[in-house]
Amino acid sequence: MRRRYIAAIPHVVWMAVFVVVPLILVVFYAFTSATGGLTLENFRNMGSYMSVFARSLWLAFLATIICLLIGYPLSYVLSKEGPGMQRIFIMLIMLPMWINFLLRTYAWMSILENTGLINRLLTSLGIFDLINRIFNTNITYIPMINTQGAVVLGMVYNYLPFMVLPIYSVIVKIDSSLIEAAQDLGAGSMTVFKRIIFPLSLPGVLSGITMVFVPAVSTFIISKLLGGGTSILLGDLIEMQFLGNAYNPHLGSAISLIMMIIIMICMFVMNRFGEGEEQAVIM
Amino acid sequence: MKRLVSLVLVLALTAAVLLSGCAKKQEQKVVNVYNWGENIDESIFKIFEKQTGIKVNYTTYESNEQLYAVLKMGGTNYDVIIPSDYMISRLIEEGMLEKLDFNNIPNFDNIDERYKNLEYDPANEYSVPYTWGVVGLIYNTSMIDDEITSWGALFDPKYSGQILQFDNSRDAMATALFHLGYSVNTTDEAELNEAYELLVQQKTILQGYVMDQIYDKLEGGEAAIGPYYAGDALLMMENNPDLAFVVPEEGTNLFVDAMCIPKGAVNKENAELFINFMCDTDIALKNMAVTCYATPVRTAYEALDEETRSNEIMFPKDDVLNRCQIYKNLPQETLNLYDQLWVKLKS
Amino acid sequence: MKKPSIFGRLLMALVFIFLYAPIAVLIVFSFNSSKSRTVWTGFTFDWYLKLFQDTTIMNSLYVTLLVSLLAAVIATVAGTIAAVGIYNMKRSHRNAVLALNNIPVINADIITGVSMSLLFISAASVLAKLSLAFSQLLGVNINLSFSLGFGTLLIAHITFNVPYVILSVLPKLRQLDNNLFEAAQDLGATWWQAFYKVIIPEIRPGIVNGLIIAFTMSIDDFVISYFTAGRVQTLSMTIYAMTKKRITPEINALSTLLFTAVLLMLIIINIRQASQEKKLRKTRIRSTGIIKYSKI
Repeated sequence: MRRRYIAAIPHVVWMAVFVVVPLILVVFYAFTSATGGLTLENFRNMGSYMSVFARSLWLAFLATIICLLIGYPLSYVLSKEGPGMQRIFIMLIMLPMWINFLLRTYAWMSILENTGLINRLLTSLGIFDLINRIFNTNITYIPMINTQGAVVLGMVYNYLPFMVLPIYSVIVKIDSSLIEAAQDLGAGSMTVFKRIIFPLSLPGVLSGITMVFVPAVSTFIISKLLGGGTSILLGDLIEMQFLGNAYNPHLGSAISLIMMIIIMICMFVMNRFGEGEEQAVIM
Repeated sequence: MKRLVSLVLVLALTAAVLLSGCAKKQEQKVVNVYNWGENIDESIFKIFEKQTGIKVNYTTYESNEQLYAVLKMGGTNYDVIIPSDYMISRLIEEGMLEKLDFNNIPNFDNIDERYKNLEYDPANEYSVPYTWGVVGLIYNTSMIDDEITSWGALFDPKYSGQILQFDNSRDAMATALFHLGYSVNTTDEAELNEAYELLVQQKTILQGYVMDQIYDKLEGGEAAIGPYYAGDALLMMENNPDLAFVVPEEGTNLFVDAMCIPKGAVNKENAELFINFMCDTDIALKNMAVTCYATPVRTAYEALDEETRSNEIMFPKDDVLNRCQIYKNLPQETLNLYDQLWVKLKS
Repeated sequence: MKKPSIFGRLLMALVFIFLYAPIAVLIVFSFNSSKSRTVWTGFTFDWYLKLFQDTTIMNSLYVTLLVSLLAAVIATVAGTIAAVGIYNMKRSHRNAVLALNNIPVINADIITGVSMSLLFISAASVLAKLSLAFSQLLGVNINLSFSLGFGTLLIAHITFNVPYVILSVLPKLRQLDNNLFEAAQDLGATWWQAFYKVIIPEIRPGIVNGLIIAFTMSIDDFVISYFTAGRVQTLSMTIYAMTKKRITPEINALSTLLFTAVLLMLIIINIRQASQEKKLRKTRIRSTGIIKYSKI
């Protein structure tokens, strides 16, 4: 009877074969060359991809911050609605996820293009004519597609729900008697937020940040569709080495490995930061 | 509880039904064809299936380089692939193609002698030509007033934000090499680096790197100019009469795409039947009407009406052909350099 | 509780416009009579009719549904069993297994996909060499090798689904009264009866939740399938291939149908839940569960 843990053994074996071994293979590929020998060659040229690393991290960082700035107040506002409304709003936030994300991103292309819906709307409203007459310029469209801004927009659009849901689910669970107690003790709404709601919602914020940052830093679709292929991200760089235009799985593995390490470091730092905060609250 | 059990049961049943459907399908004879996007009339698959009982599983790739990556990566089971000349010789050199059994491809006799025993497959053991054509510039005459005659237009800041470029290393580098007046088969590092620098400059005025997305961008007036293949150009011009196609004066690339069988193909005989089928006069004609690419099938060419035959985009005249260069496979070092420069350019 | 401020309402309105603008575009242009994505040329139902004759789309829809169903059911059964095992482990072992379990949850999809494809390809080439050696040795034709396809796709989906099921079942096990199981056995139930009749009903919400999450994750996945499916195409992969040229409005039509179906389903669930809750006179807010579960 005490040996019920046996039930987990098949799972452990499965995960070892299909998760751990593949990761070991990535490491192996990263340190070998096409001819088979051990080498550090794959890492030697990593410097020339610095711009991609920097761009990916920067855009993912921007997207995460924007998601947080929109997602946190939204979750907070949602949690103040009545239970029925809350359920409907949460449903509305999740519903778009049932439409294929490639399609939703592609639809943004139709909206943002030079001859897209926004520019058509502005043209038909005569905005461009007006501007051209006032400033004596000659614009016929606002360039929005194929910019880094469009890529960040695509990230925010796709991953915003991943920020809202964990934060919301934490805020909703905050015991209202805690807040009432604080108010009875004379705390203003600002103080209540600063001393109670925000610290208690931190776990949700942290998991939201990871859930947005990780897919954002590794995406290769959004940059392809909305970035025009002129400012590629880490995901594109990896994809290119495996199934794309510059076959080299060894280099691809090396880049994957470094990306994995970066993600791990980010999460480690953030968890540390999170723990510190929680302790401070308890004290 | 009951509901959970019934839910699982329903799911399992559906799965079982679906699976059995799947199992039935697997008994069928198949041929797995892997081709360029927008490069075949898919309705002919039904004719092939009716004639031979073989079902065509059809998927597409974007560029020769991507095809190479997928094959090299392994674990796939394609039976027919349609790479271009230089890629065929690379695949032959690396032992990645099967020799064809021409006894199964009697229609090979229909192929024009001009397209047999070409440099990429000198003894013509591995490939059967499928299409041929040239690369040129496609531009929107309602957006560009000047007459375009040179590759230089792709690097002209005047058209900033309106220019598209190939999203594969060989074709993109070639546009720069042509403009600089170098051979597209150069192995000279300095020349290649110069071409690379030109592409880096071009990147600042570029709207994007595209392959078949160019259809959407040019037809819709989203971009004004870009380089692409003649057959596709004709298709685009059908949809947007403002578009024009020009072969630049510096010369251009003449390509032949040919059908091959990758090493270890499971359905080799079916593949040969399919290749034979594609060389049939009527099928070649039908296919050509959809893809707009010139066919190397002589009997089909002879059956064309005078108007089509005099289409200079589809069948360029000798003065154009004399300006053309054919891509050759490059030595491994140069290929590595191409990959490095390409990744650097894109990042 | 205070009512939300005007600012709050405005924020909500803006976010929902942002979330639904592209979806509205998709739906509207599924009725457009031309293939244009930005110019309205007239109303038609044609794309909905053509959709059902398009074998590429229909095949990939079939592959997607099949792999998602199978992967979700298998992952739910396997994940529930594993969760029971993990729950009964010593703390140190449990933490180690949970860390292992979390790898595919936390890791970037592209790395999961790439690493698995490396595994499958290496395994295939090793098997190919082995079968060649055996064939030569025994003089008969043996082929043990495989190529990327439905099988590898299914394995990949099960692998990334199971951790979510475990994460969804474990908390329910923790809420369980430890003595329940023993009590059932004391009353004469066998191990299996006790598990099936006592434990399962108690953790059912977790299991159902896990099933739904697994199914959703599978349906929605593109990146991992892209690297592990080989020649087989899921709906996402077909759509991806189409983005390389132009997406046919048939796909818009398909999405509109799926969207409407899910919307109806959610509305029905909500109405039922609301009425049940009224009966219970309790305002429990249950997470509807269709979320990518919180990453630890």
